[in-house]
Amino acid sequence: MANVHQFDVVVVGAGGAGLMAGLYASRTAKTAVISKLYPTRSHTGAAQGGIGAALGNLEEDRPEWHTYDTVKGSDYLGDQDAIEFMCNEAPQIVYELEHMGLPFDRTPDGRIAQRPFGGHTNNVTGKPVRRACHAADRTGHMILQTLYQQCIKNNVNFFDEFQALDVLIENGKAAGVVALELATGELHTFHAKAVIFATGGHGRIWEITSNAYALTGDGIALALRRGIPAEDMEFFQFHPTGIYKLGILITEGVRGEGGVLINGKGERFMPNYAPKVKDLASRDVVSRAIYMEIREGRGINGSNYVYLDVRPETVNKFAALDGRTNPDGTPYTTTGEQILKKLPDIIDFCRTYLGVDPVTQPMPIQPTAHYAMGGIPTNMYGEVVVDEKNTVLPGLYAAGECACVSVHGANRLGTNSLLDIVVFGKHAGLRAAEYAKGTDFTPLPADPQGFARQQLEALRSANGKENVFQISQEMKKEMFDNMGVFRTQETMTHALNKIHELQERVKHIKLSDTGRIFNTELLNAWELTNLLDLAEVTTASALARQESRGGHAREDFPKRDDANWLKHTLAWKKNGKVELNYKPVVITKYQPKERVY
Amino acid sequence: MQVTLKIFRYNPEVDKTFHYETYTLEAEETDRVLDVLERVKGQIDGTLSFRRSCAHGVCGSDALRINGRNMLACKTLIRDVGDKITVEPLLGLKVVKDLIVDMEPFFDNYKRILPYFINDSPPPADGKERLQTPEQRARFDETTKCILCAACTTSCPSFWASDQYYGPAALVTAHRFIFDSRDEGAAERMHIIAETDGLARCHTAYNCTLACPREIHITKAIGELKMATITGRLD
Repeated sequence: MANVHQFDVVVVGAGGAGLMAGLYASRTAKTAVISKLYPTRSHTGAAQGGIGAALGNLEEDRPEWHTYDTVKGSDYLGDQDAIEFMCNEAPQIVYELEHMGLPFDRTPDGRIAQRPFGGHTNNVTGKPVRRACHAADRTGHMILQTLYQQCIKNNVNFFDEFQALDVLIENGKAAGVVALELATGELHTFHAKAVIFATGGHGRIWEITSNAYALTGDGIALALRRGIPAEDMEFFQFHPTGIYKLGILITEGVRGEGGVLINGKGERFMPNYAPKVKDLASRDVVSRAIYMEIREGRGINGSNYVYLDVRPETVNKFAALDGRTNPDGTPYTTTGEQILKKLPDIIDFCRTYLGVDPVTQPMPIQPTAHYAMGGIPTNMYGEVVVDEKNTVLPGLYAAGECACVSVHGANRLGTNSLLDIVVFGKHAGLRAAEYAKGTDFTPLPADPQGFARQQLEALRSANGKENVFQISQEMKKEMFDNMGVFRTQETMTHALNKIHELQERVKHIKLSDTGRIFNTELLNAWELTNLLDLAEVTTASALARQESRGGHAREDFPKRDDANWLKHTLAWKKNGKVELNYKPVVITKYQPKERVY
Repeated sequence: MQVTLKIFRYNPEVDKTFHYETYTLEAEETDRVLDVLERVKGQIDGTLSFRRSCAHGVCGSDALRINGRNMLACKTLIRDVGDKITVEPLLGLKVVKDLIVDMEPFFDNYKRILPYFINDSPPPADGKERLQTPEQRARFDETTKCILCAACTTSCPSFWASDQYYGPAALVTAHRFIFDSRDEGAAERMHIIAETDGLARCHTAYNCTLACPREIHITKAIGELKMATITGRLD
């Protein structure tokens, strides 16, 4: 058979989680990393503000506080054993990144610099704590570069610009991956003992998003098609501060450095919603606050955006009012020069896309679809679990945004995604390599590429009048309008009907590119089918959950309901329909209580 | 406003040689060139092929020649380039299809300069970070910004002459490590970049600096490397 490769471990995706998995697995197992992009194009590179770890380099901090903040941030839906594991691993893994050469910013005494971030607090005083380890406002870029460089150093095998189309599961075990080589249009079979999905998010479901074009949820869609459920898909994070209309991310680090949100009346409004930590409340809280201000007519000029203001005079005024201090106890102040130094990329984005200079002008922002808390269900070793009893599917692993461990529950804290990818990428890689050592290859099915070929053929041979771009636009608008920050039974039902309509229409497209080499039109169409499937599962999961929790805010059920809904959603696609079931949340030390910032 | 795009087209499965296609469509002056390319592909001609991902200048996928200059399509607005826009693939790398070039020689060159942190000394006994002062960290800050988009390397006349030249991007990465106080691979890298395909091929045309979407002063960084190979000093 042509184009068959054999590896102990195959990693799909080359962002932070995939590279970390590849780096660790390749130490003991023959490993390949396949990715639809060149690794350094992955969206980990867009992460800005920092990676969370209780190093305590600037003030007292503890992994227990990080754990509690994450549990609280998750609105108690995160699994506490996994959260504790991640937060305890955090300091060591940040040191490990530093030992790999990651150029963190430094404190005056030469240690890794840290800044405050939303939801991260000193658990005694309740005040924001400096926990986000940063490299200017391009921490994700530095993680991605450093891990790719280490993979080169360690001779990891890469298959760049290979699009995974199918995961092979034989006799209840993972057997490999089928992928399309974009440069030739040929299918390849990667026969593997263990497969690790690290395919990232699916923010491209929504119109206004911080996510890259590539983030089309391929891993989750592949898994769903092979009968694996998706967990907690209704929980999707809208980051409060996206550039108005474009959705490009403006890091929470801006508020960490003292920036504040200002409404159309020129007022700082976050103290009304989060009296203690104000602008550094967790993301779901801040995004809802912005929507509420806009709804009350207090957007800028009555429009649907507010300002994020990091001008030194504004920062200094509110820092003085808040009594904010430096680590040595002196009053916190900043200058335009310092802001430029700490947030160079943000300033560059605003100058480029808005013609606004944040040192002298406020930035127009609106909430932007940012991060999937839900995904392929795993345990804390990255093993994929496929039912309510957490039964492991041997040989299949997932890590990073495409996975749901769940460490983020109903709402992820800023800096925890970079932490998640390195911690669980590493452990998935280690586990997969160990598993591969003790097992044989599962024989491939007779026609391993059959299902992948069939999906592409259906798109190639469709001969209708529909247009991929048009369907995609309609999906994004529908999801942003009706499955956004606030939801009701009515809006979600509307969205679900619309998605069903679009799923039907996508069968009647007509592609104009009939070639094999870099047929990106075919690829866009296939990715759209993934996005539509995930939009459907997201909406169906959301409709069923009759409460508000974290990123899932229902106006018709405005309260959290622990009696009925303190549980994880599992959603399957069966016979063209979404089927739902639930599994319990792991609670160890922290009993759910009201969440106040 | 109405914009007219003249786009380089080449489909190896059909065409004997390249040609240009012209498309006219409505756009806002604040649209990115990438937005307009997406609309051409989505609404007018689905066969147009190009790479893109993040759409805000951090992933480096969509470096293209726009009105004759290397830029990221996602970081260039219509108002920056006017309503008549010519879009072509990067020079110096083989065109695979339309605006997509073969990136392999570029990444091969990158790999030749040992693009990874080298320090085989044991980390501090307490397991914590190696110390580095803010000043030491600032020494190589600028060259950590590189996104490997290839805009610099493919604007360089020396690279056009020979793709055996490492090119500016690889040298930027060499700078990032050579001037990192924690790294111990400087001597080895300096030896590599002092070879024929290295620094000697930089004739300070300055194109790289003008092309860099991350505003890295590449010519200056290469100048610092040249000085270091002459003096043997890294300050």
